[in-house]
Amino acid sequence: MSALASQRSRSLARTLRGLAVALLAGLCTMAASAGDAGSTPKPNIIIESSEHCVAPPEQMRREHPDMLRHQRDLTVHRGERGRKVSLNACVACHADRRTGSVIGSDRAFCQGCHSYAAVHIDCFDCHQASVRPTGNGLALGAAP
Amino acid sequence: MSASPPEPSRRALLGAGAAAAAGLALAPGMRLIELAQARSAGEPASGLVRWGMLIDANRCAAGCTACVDACSQENGLDSAIDLRQRPQWIRKIELKEDRSGREVSLPMMCQHCAEPPCVDVCPTGASFKRADGIVLVDRHSCIGCRYCIMACPYKARSFVHEPLTHQKADVPRGKGCVEGCTLCVHRIDRDKKPACVQACAETEQGAMLFGDMNDPSSEISQRLRGAASVALRADLQLDPGVRYLGV
Repeated sequence: MSALASQRSRSLARTLRGLAVALLAGLCTMAASAGDAGSTPKPNIIIESSEHCVAPPEQMRREHPDMLRHQRDLTVHRGERGRKVSLNACVACHADRRTGSVIGSDRAFCQGCHSYAAVHIDCFDCHQASVRPTGNGLALGAAP
Repeated sequence: MSASPPEPSRRALLGAGAAAAAGLALAPGMRLIELAQARSAGEPASGLVRWGMLIDANRCAAGCTACVDACSQENGLDSAIDLRQRPQWIRKIELKEDRSGREVSLPMMCQHCAEPPCVDVCPTGASFKRADGIVLVDRHSCIGCRYCIMACPYKARSFVHEPLTHQKADVPRGKGCVEGCTLCVHRIDRDKKPACVQACAETEQGAMLFGDMNDPSSEISQRLRGAASVALRADLQLDPGVRYLGV
């Protein structure tokens, strides 16, 4: 009896292993085909300024919260202003030229990506997210 | 090779002149009290500076609200909320001495104490004093508990009760935080005077004087040396950065 049972369990284990391998292979194929075909949705944001400003885009995507948090403490507590990393500078460069804002729609620079990643964006509860149009371009600050 | 002493260089002469002007020179380039230099962009606020204000109540006209209006304009404080809940960074108060009937008008705001009670009571460290003596609220850490409002003997702090939009780019503000006069820190960091002081000067009353109280050659230090000024509630020994004349 016990020999039969162990033989059965071995064959079951073999079957399961086979299934697992097949499943894994299937998943990999699916992932690869998804990557090739672009079926994963990407945020569709308006990028007004795509040139390398503070750091390369890959680094900015990953590290901009830490950069802003670090600079925020330096500015508020030590009064260090005029550095490259600054929320006002982000807004001035990346605001949608049509709406003058980095928020307000899912195509806006900040909100577009944040709503895609489901990360709540607190900055603009207090900070100004808009630039206002002037005679020769856009200036920081609320619309009058 | 001649051993005659070299002529003093232009740099040494300038250094000696500046030191003599400061009145505290031990030797050229060496001073008893180090003076702060003008700041360049990205440089931190200096602990050698103590920003302060001298308000001459004799020159402050009753009914004039130029300083209050300028503050509101500069910091974007416009609000339609009930007057009792409206943020107020600077206000005009009228004092009257009952015996003589003498009336005096003066602006009242955060006194930027050297020993600020608001900083003592803050449970999160949001209320803090900057190296150059300016007392501020770090809204990123403020939880809106309002202990500082209770602790301030000058009633200088306000609470934001309403959701805000259209804030000024240099003056971020938001609902649920305590705030008060920042001495226009964003202007000071760019070598400009606070908006109230500039507006007062433009009315030609010139009742408000702003400057570095640590620099003995500054106009404010000279005025403070020359006339008897008072610190409001001097009994509390808070060493405020705002002093008054004629109160």
